Amino acid sequence: MVITRHNPVHALLYLIISLLSISVIFFLLGAPFAALLEIIIYAGAIMVLFIFVIMLLNLGKETARQEKEWLKPKVWIGPAILSAILFAELFYLITTAHAAPYSLQTVDPKAVAVSLFRPYLIGVELAAMLLMAGVVGAAHIGQHKKMILHRFLKEEDAL
Amino acid sequence: MKSSTEIVMLLAGLLFVLGVAGVIIRKNIIFMLLSVEVMLNASGLAFVAAGSRWAQPDGQVMFIFILAMAAAEVSIGLALILQIYHQHKSLDIDKLKEMKG
Repeated sequence: MVITRHNPVHALLYLIISLLSISVIFFLLGAPFAALLEIIIYAGAIMVLFIFVIMLLNLGKETARQEKEWLKPKVWIGPAILSAILFAELFYLITTAHAAPYSLQTVDPKAVAVSLFRPYLIGVELAAMLLMAGVVGAAHIGQHKKMILHRFLKEEDAL
Repeated sequence: MKSSTEIVMLLAGLLFVLGVAGVIIRKNIIFMLLSVEVMLNASGLAFVAAGSRWAQPDGQVMFIFILAMAAAEVSIGLALILQIYHQHKSLDIDKLKEMKG
């Protein structure tokens, strides 16, 4: 449903539903910490960013009409066949594996935390650096470059 | 009756394939970014399912890393989308052809 909507806000709502259902699956798999992180970070923070940008760009009915023109069967039939082939291969690989009987066990957040801060300490620091670089990069890219554009226009006028 | 990890893995594969199809068929950058989010979710689901299968916390650790990467990627991508929209007044990726290789 996310990939077939014309209106961006509708697609966003369907994506939130998908995120919530994945979070419930995490809970059923015995990973309550991951479920909470999914709801808080994905459905909370990232979706707010998307909504903010969509509201900022003022995408409404015009974008929906444009998308309706773009999304013809001629366009999506080829990628759909390719994706179906890929899914068939995945289905074959997963269903032909020999699955030993087992029982699902809950991985509590304490084990995750101990594993996160002992063997994966380098990974945590790298993730922190990545987030820092992301923040700085977003702040740098997001600033309006009107001064530079203005200067170029001035030069063209002078020439 | 199949075991539940296989079903969850199939769901993850289905979500990933849907994300790939969305990236391919869409021309609007925002929808492509949403499809990438779907794919990241699918990979995180696969990691958590595998971690729960062997009762190891590594899967959830990888999920947390994927979450951090997705947050950084979304912030950078949305900033780029804002800049592209301010410069081209459009979100059509076919119009961004001035970067000829």
